[in-house]
This record gives sequence, C-alpha cells and structure tokens, in this order.
Amino acid sequence: MTSSIPVFVGVDVGASRAKAVVLDRDRHLLGFAVEKSGTDFTLVADHCLTASLEMAGVSKNSIVKTISTGYGRKNVSFAQENKTEIGCHSKGCFLYFPRPITIIDIGGQDNKIIKLDEKGRRTGFKMNRKCAAGTGAFLEEMSLRLNIPIEEMDALARQSEDMVKLGSFCTVFSATEVLENIRQGKKVTDIIKGLFFSVIKRVLEMDALTEQVVMTGGVVAHNSFLVTMTEEIIGRRILVPEYPQLTGAIGAALYAMEEGG
Amino acid sequence: MAMNEQKKTVRKKIEATGVMNRIMSDYFYQLDQASKTGEQKIAWCTSVGPAEILRALGFLVHFPENHGAMLGSTRLATDFIPEANAIGYSPDICSYLTADIGAFLKGVTPLSKAYKGIEKVPKPDVLVFNTNQCRDVQDWFSWYARKLKVPILGITTHCGVNEVTEAHVDSIARQMKQLIEPLSEISGKKFDMDEMKQVLALSRECSDLWKKVLDTASAVPSPITFFDGTIHMGPAVVLRGTRQAVDYYQVLLTELRERIKNGVAAIENEKFRLYWDGMPVWGRLSAHSNLFAELQTNVLASTYCNSWIFSAFEPEDPFNSMARAYTELFIVRSDPFKEIYIKTMMDFFKVDGIIFHDAKTCPNNSNCRYGMPQRIEAATGLPSLVINGDLNDLRLVSDEQTKTNIEAFIEQLEENR
Repeated sequence: MTSSIPVFVGVDVGASRAKAVVLDRDRHLLGFAVEKSGTDFTLVADHCLTASLEMAGVSKNSIVKTISTGYGRKNVSFAQENKTEIGCHSKGCFLYFPRPITIIDIGGQDNKIIKLDEKGRRTGFKMNRKCAAGTGAFLEEMSLRLNIPIEEMDALARQSEDMVKLGSFCTVFSATEVLENIRQGKKVTDIIKGLFFSVIKRVLEMDALTEQVVMTGGVVAHNSFLVTMTEEIIGRRILVPEYPQLTGAIGAALYAMEEGG
Repeated sequence: MAMNEQKKTVRKKIEATGVMNRIMSDYFYQLDQASKTGEQKIAWCTSVGPAEILRALGFLVHFPENHGAMLGSTRLATDFIPEANAIGYSPDICSYLTADIGAFLKGVTPLSKAYKGIEKVPKPDVLVFNTNQCRDVQDWFSWYARKLKVPILGITTHCGVNEVTEAHVDSIARQMKQLIEPLSEISGKKFDMDEMKQVLALSRECSDLWKKVLDTASAVPSPITFFDGTIHMGPAVVLRGTRQAVDYYQVLLTELRERIKNGVAAIENEKFRLYWDGMPVWGRLSAHSNLFAELQTNVLASTYCNSWIFSAFEPEDPFNSMARAYTELFIVRSDPFKEIYIKTMMDFFKVDGIIFHDAKTCPNNSNCRYGMPQRIEAATGLPSLVINGDLNDLRLVSDEQTKTNIEAFIEQLEENR
C-alpha cells in the first residue's frame, strides 16, 4: 500500500556505499537504503531509490525533487541536480544540530572537516589530501591484512588494554608497522585500537576543532568506539546524529526540499 | 531540466592569440637556426634571470622553465619525470627539472610537435641561473653543465627578504657585473652600455604593458582570466628586452580595453571572482579553465602571472635597477611582505576569495604551508581554499578531489552571498 504524500529524495553515491533517503515535507525520514557502491553507480542509485521508496511506502510519482551528492553524484540518472558532499553534510548535520558546529565526516575514501556558523552557513572546509590514511579505505585495507572482518574491528578495539602506537602517514608503511607488531607478539586488539587512533590523528591534523564537534560518516556509523576515542583525545563531548551514514543523503533531500518547493 | 544539460560556459577566446603564436614561433625557429648553424651564441637562462644582460651581449636566450611548462601543458611531463627519478633526482623536487632532464634523456621535446623541423632543444653555449626562483634551478643547470660540458654562471639571490635594502641591491648588482667578462668572452662581443640600456628600456616597456594587461582584470566583468594570463605571459618571459614583446602587448592591451569598453566578459555572466596563488597545474590548464567557467567563476588574477612585472627597471641605472627588480620579486620575499602583497591584489581585483595551489614539488611557489591562508582570511574576511596538486607531475593530481573542493567552494560562496 503506497501513500501519495509529496516526498523529497536525496542520494549520496559515495566511494564505498550508496545511500538514498526519502523525507516528507516535515523533514521526517520515511525511508532509506544503503548498498555497496560497486562499479555501476547509476544502477546502485536506482536500487537504493527503489528500496527507500518501498520502506517509505510511497511511489516514484510522489517525488517532488531528487538531488544527488557524493563521488557518483553525476551518475544518478533520476536526480534533477547535484550538490557536493560538503554542502550536503553541512545541511544534514545542521538539521539535527542547529548551532555553530565543526563536522568531522569519515567516509570510505575521504575525510572532511566542515565548519558551520549559527545559521548553518559554511565558514570553511577541509578535505583530506588524496592519501587513504585516516579514511575508511585505510581500515578496509588493514582488515584484509589482518584477516579480520571489518565489522568486528570496533568490538575488538574496545577490548584493548595496551594500545599499539603506529607512526606512519602512509597506509603501506602502516601495514609494515602492523606486521612488525604481529611479529613481536602484540595482541590484535591492541593493534586495532592503534589503527583507530591513527585514523583519528590523521583527521585531527586537518584543521582546528573550534566549535561543538559532530561526527558523521559510514566509518563512524559502524565504529562508534572511534567517537569515544576522539572524545578522550580532544577532551570534549561529541555529538553524533541518529543515522551518521545518511547525513549526506539527508542533506541532499533537504536541498531538494528547498529548491523543489 | 535533466542533470548535466545546463548550457556550458567557456572562456572567451582572445583574438590576439594568433599574433602571439607567430612571434613565439619565430622565437623558437630563430633559436633552432642558431643551434643548427652556430651563427649566433645561445644562453640558457632561468625565467627571472639576467636575460637583459645576455641579450645586450648578443645571445639568443632559451628558458628551460618555459620548456618545462610546455612539457607540462602537453602532458608529456609525467612520462619523462621517472627518467630523472631513476638517475637520482627525487620525485619530490621540482617537476620542471625532472620533466626537462627526463625529456632530454629520452631525446624528446614538445617543440618538435609544435614546430615542424625542430628536433631538439637549442644547444647552449653557456648556462646562466639566478636562484631567486629556487635552489633547484642551480641543480638543474648544473646537470646540463656536466652533461654538455658547457660553462655555468649564476647569481645567488637573498631569500625571505622583508625590506629590500641597499645592501641587498649592491650584492646582486656586483654579482651581475661579475658576469659580464666571462659572458663577453663566450659571446665574443664586447659589452656596450648603450645596448644594455636599450635592452633594459624595452624590457621595462614590456613589463609596464604586461602589468596593464593583467590590471584589466580589475574591471567588472573581467576581460581576461588567469588561464589566459598563463598563456599570454609567454612573450614577457622569453622575449622581454625585444621589440616583438612590446609590440605584442600593445595589441593584446588594445583588445582587452576594447572588451572593457563594450562590457565583454571573459566568462559570460561572471558570478564570482577569484585570486589564484601558486603555480598553474599545466596539464590541467584547460580542464580547470572549463571547470571554473561552467561555475561562472572567473579566476582572474594571480601572484604567478604578476611575477614578470619589473617596475624597478631604470635604463639609466641598469645594474642597480636590475638588481633591485630581481630582488623585489614576490618569491624571494618574507611572509609579512607576501601577505600585504596578496591582500592588496585581492582588494584591487575585487575578488570573492582566494585559491592556493599547494604544488607538491614546488615549495617556493606554494604559499599555503606556513599558515598564510588562515592569516589572509583573517585580514580580508574572504574565504580561501587550498588544492593539492603539482605544476607538472600528474601523479600528484587528484582530479576528483580538486573538482569536489572547487565546486564546494563555489557553493559556499553562493550560500554566503
């Protein structure tokens, strides 16, 4: 049974995962879907749209406007416009935390630090350089090297009692350091916490955290211990939206609402 | 309207380009002829080296940095850089140097493709550097000196200069004068002060006209872009001190003034105006030009193109004024000087923000590594963006990162307008 209320769709095709959300006019999240981005961005965006509409219980005809974002933003055939993920994360975060905030987004391929003022306007942003250090790609690579499923890393890191310190910027050199620690008989839990610490250090090097910190992104969504560790390092409480992985898609849907009437 | 069907804005073509292409072509053929016949001596010179002295002594002048930029813009550089890396020249040092030496090792030059009949870079009789650009130019020329067994001479410039003093000027002027005797021996021509003054007068005239050309970008809308500047600076780099360069900039200036008079914009419906600090990404010149044009944004002024303005040249006092001009250069100055310079430029050109290019292999032209963007933002109240890349080595360029950063920056400008 489908409803015919007007809805607004945001699609975030990231380097690792594609996300779609359906919002109603009151900005309520009616449906969403997350899939691996894979190699066909257009197709995965279509799948995500279908699944999120089904969850929302609305048909395609109810869509007032769709906006896409993320690396694959220009491959979403049904979107009328696209915006950068910087803009969409800003908008998505400000919906939940309408105050001056510093957003840390840790995605599959890149990190962002975005600063918003009290009206949600961007005052500046930084993206990581093209290096994978500090991104989800770094953790994925390490999960392969350690032969530990990525979804188990968070729980293992929490069990660490004596974190291993990894010094390198570079993913390949970090892997060498990890192998050296394995050879020395260090516990896997301590190594994984060290990897998390390395991700956080790379992100904190990007910019000063001047306002209330909000963390988002797929890596944060699946590894909440990263947030706890970051709070310990910066000595401040961090806010996380209910669906940290969907922030960009929600921002895109909010743009669709603003621009679609 | 479906996505990606928007009308694409492109930068408006400059009519004088044909004239420039002809004089650049004449310049390269003249060098090639001299190289093949030996009828005129050839000096290689750094881009802001003592070219005027060389011309006054009758040399034709080849500029390896210009050749490096050609390797970059033709996207050949990345193929040759590894050749130089393999003989001990690190991928982290100047990618003009590594591309140029790599191309020489492979026996290839982009001149061959552009100018039929030219097979090699012109053979030098002497190599003359000025370290005002960086230390790399000295290492670069030294490699050729060893390889080709050609004499090398140079000027070692002060760096991090806050205020240019008489002591700075004296020491550089003395070094310049010391070049005369050995250069005169190589050229076989006696130094003539009147010729020196004539060359310098032409160089000053070229410099003044080039400044007027670049200053047209202060008009709203601007008749010129930074990308045009990087192309049309050719004569100011390789032909300053000649009549051809002066004549060319008069033609170009007339066209740009006509555009201003008629309200013709280089970027139609110019929405945003930006300042560029740092080197161009030569292999992405047209891609970047198109990207900004599609965003109806004109990157219209730069530190880089303005680096070939030498207002201190005084033909009646050649050595002291050349020494002063080549020491007043932005690149050898202190950060406090650079900040005031950039802020003044941003005010003059009425820009909405600034982009810093952090070129991996060119620290001397990357001014964002010591907190400058933050200080400029505080001083101007305007936003900045740093993009990571390189002048020549495309292995260091991430197109998607650059694009997302630039699009997000323009979104930010739109939202805050």
